[in-house]
Amino acid sequence: MPELDLTPLRSILAEYAPKGRPGLIPALHAAQAIYGYLPQPVAAEVGRTLGVPLAEVYGVIDFYAMFYREPVVKTVVHVCDDPACAIAGAESVYNMLTYEYSQEASGAPSAITVERAPCLGLCEHAPALMVKGIQRGKVNHNGNGHLIEEIGEKPYGIIAGDISYLTANCGKRRATSLEEYVASGGYQSLKKALGMAPAAIIAEVKASGLVGRGGAAFPTGLKWEGAANAPGEPKYVVCNADEAEPGTFKDRVLMEEDPQRILEGLIIAAYAVGAHQGVIFIRGEYTNAFQIMGKAVAQARQAGFIGKNILGSGYDFDVELFRSAGAYICGEETALFEAVEGKRGFPRMKPPFPTTNGLFNKPTAINNVETLCNVPLILSLGAAEYRKIGTEKSPGPKLFCLSGDVERPGLYEVPFGIPIRHLIYDLGGGIRTGRKLQAILFGGAAGAFATEKDLDVRMSFEDLRAAGLPLGSGVVTVFDETRDLRAVLLRLARFFAEESCGKCYPCQLGTQRQYEITQRVASSEMLAGDNARLSDIAWTMTDASLCGLGQTAASAVMSAMKIWPEMFVESHP
Amino acid sequence: MSDDVTLTIDDIQVTVPAGTTLLKAAEQAGIDNIPTICYHDYCTSNGLCRMCVVEVEGSRTLVPSCVGKVSAGMKVHTRTPRVERSRRTILEMLNSAVDLSDAPEIQEFMTEYAADRERLPGARPREHPVLDDNPMYVRDYSKCILCWRCVQVCAEDAQYTYAINFSGRGFQTQIDTFFQKPMLETTCVFCGQCVAVCPTGALKPKRQWLLEQGASIDEVMDMTRSERRRKKPRIEAGE
Ligand SMILES: Cc1cc2nc3c(=O)[nH]c(=O)nc-3n(C[C@H](O)[C@H](O)[C@H](O)COP(=O)(O)O)c2cc1C
Ligand code: SF4
Ligand code: SF4
Ligand code: FES
Repeated sequence: MPELDLTPLRSILAEYAPKGRPGLIPALHAAQAIYGYLPQPVAAEVGRTLGVPLAEVYGVIDFYAMFYREPVVKTVVHVCDDPACAIAGAESVYNMLTYEYSQEASGAPSAITVERAPCLGLCEHAPALMVKGIQRGKVNHNGNGHLIEEIGEKPYGIIAGDISYLTANCGKRRATSLEEYVASGGYQSLKKALGMAPAAIIAEVKASGLVGRGGAAFPTGLKWEGAANAPGEPKYVVCNADEAEPGTFKDRVLMEEDPQRILEGLIIAAYAVGAHQGVIFIRGEYTNAFQIMGKAVAQARQAGFIGKNILGSGYDFDVELFRSAGAYICGEETALFEAVEGKRGFPRMKPPFPTTNGLFNKPTAINNVETLCNVPLILSLGAAEYRKIGTEKSPGPKLFCLSGDVERPGLYEVPFGIPIRHLIYDLGGGIRTGRKLQAILFGGAAGAFATEKDLDVRMSFEDLRAAGLPLGSGVVTVFDETRDLRAVLLRLARFFAEESCGKCYPCQLGTQRQYEITQRVASSEMLAGDNARLSDIAWTMTDASLCGLGQTAASAVMSAMKIWPEMFVESHP
Repeated sequence: MSDDVTLTIDDIQVTVPAGTTLLKAAEQAGIDNIPTICYHDYCTSNGLCRMCVVEVEGSRTLVPSCVGKVSAGMKVHTRTPRVERSRRTILEMLNSAVDLSDAPEIQEFMTEYAADRERLPGARPREHPVLDDNPMYVRDYSKCILCWRCVQVCAEDAQYTYAINFSGRGFQTQIDTFFQKPMLETTCVFCGQCVAVCPTGALKPKRQWLLEQGASIDEVMDMTRSERRRKKPRIEAGE
């Protein structure tokens, strides 16, 4: 092996060295950008410069799917094969690309490797893929002879719905600029907020009834109050933009098309809790969103919305972008903190909660992208007006990510409380090609199935809970009568087996065993006793796992067992 | 921690200092049969194995008693059908993945909880070649239950040596060195603390291992002596 030239690495590491361990993941990204992968001498140099023990550098590299410790070819193509893309033909796309572009077919060494990837957040453009970080959608419509980067279409947000508070500036096929955002009334809420006492802002957010849109539905005002009152300095605010729940793409669209709204929400949150530093944690695969958010932060800083003495108020706030590196678990808030601190994304035990012991063990308010986008709206309308949107117990607008076998997949903004039927049939155009509805996966991989009989359930926290359906992050994936749901279950089970962090036994072992039994379900080879095994494993994961990943890893399988026992026939002795 | 807290565990009322774990509070109430695997009195508790889970009234999920703290008026049940189902299933899954032949305590739990050793047909085990790369100890990760103790004593729990960490994730997680280097090429100082805390024989003194392989005492002394003189050991002897 030729000697590696570490000179370019040394010059970039100078930038990360002062950060120490929290510089680790950014430094590994930067190093990989130079060498294409992370060979031993590079990893060792990074570790020594940042003062991280080498075994731990290795532990981090090997945890995150986007870091390679072996050389890879220059162009890696990631073909999404989670449910929405799978039913749109991801498998044949994968085969087509492997045949057309990879070395196995031509015999000649190729510069392209085709890999299967978990949901890329492009479900409304299925089947989707990513070439060197460039997103492409509807890739089955062409391919032949095209440059791999130009296969399919460039995916633009497909925005519709009954209302447009959160998505008012989306649908331009580009990011809304700072000027446009300001011209449409943007940053008026920040101005208003800076003239209020932090406690008054928290009171307003509490009165609005806003709850988190990241999946856990925790009251946002209460969370801010907790962080504001917690002892300890400095305090942090974090925007969770790690969106990786299969079927979810709302946060990507918001970042790509209206980044300033997110920043305004985050700055107000920071002011309310008394934080002067924020982190926007962006999924590693979302390179486009990362660039757009980076530009947006720079523009907001230049315009005086971020930085010292914001709008002459005497209040200082700055924000950093953090690019994750391929781990669904890092969307879990405490695993996210670990990643920012330069560690493997192992979730922490709760309690203590982030409001008192969050990022760097300091009081932290962490919110989802969509949650933060509600904040400027609440301050401009006032809590009372805001509550007129939606239902009494679920106030506000909600984004639903509709994909699968519907005529018009896309991002739909609606008030809480519309019936499922309205979303799928009136807005989404019904089932594609006139077929019949078989099932709806609600809430993503961690969700549960609904059927025809649930179509009149109203989509609010209270109604969905009564119907036993999780709202999750707003995923609605539709399957027509021709789809083999057992194959869908297999994909979900594989997703969890691949994404379990491995910290606690129920999930580390249970996701693997669930995957194995689901393989038998999918191939009609269930053994006698498999139903009992599957439900023991499912209950143990749900009841005894350390974090939300394990606690919901069996949710879809359990709901399928309940609705369609005939899918789980033990045909072998 | 000033205040005392009163709670009920299996209908027994106990009063303990605030901040006490449920496990210790239960011990004080005379309940000493909560099973633990990953817990160790002298290591940081991470709540990994979930064998110690108990039912706390009002809690959605089971609570790991080795890390869960007491609170006033809590009602705790240490052995309900829910608790037993989880404990039994964890043992069955663990046994299907790991060679537990050198883990007598876990074997006892399996008997106590009527865990079926053949419960999971077709389950993929975690198999690794034996790593015999230094004169002091042998690493057989087919027996590793990922209790993290070795990693912790090598790091902040005792030695601050940081020779070992993890590779992979999920089911594929393994204790590993920097780029899988043999122990002699790591920062390992051969303090032996990892071997001392390993509960399953995954880490074993070299001499004990050789004796188990059928070597005579003289052969063992010979082999370990000459190995120590050699600078570079072989990486993966195994046979
Ligand atoms: C496995 C797992 C993945 C998660 N992924 C995300 C995510 O991608 N984005 C997000 O906002 N929240 C995610 N969450 C929820 C976060 O832990 C946290 O509740 C949320 O960021 C809080 O923000 P909110 O209150 O505004 O919803 C995830 C939780 C779990 C257990
Ligand atoms: S539930 Fe799964 S993802 Fe969460 S800590 Fe346990 S192993 Fe890790
Ligand atoms: S090698 Fe032993 S001490 Fe280390 S994690 Fe495995 S079982 Fe625990
Ligand atoms: S002993 Fe409590 S989680 Fe392992």
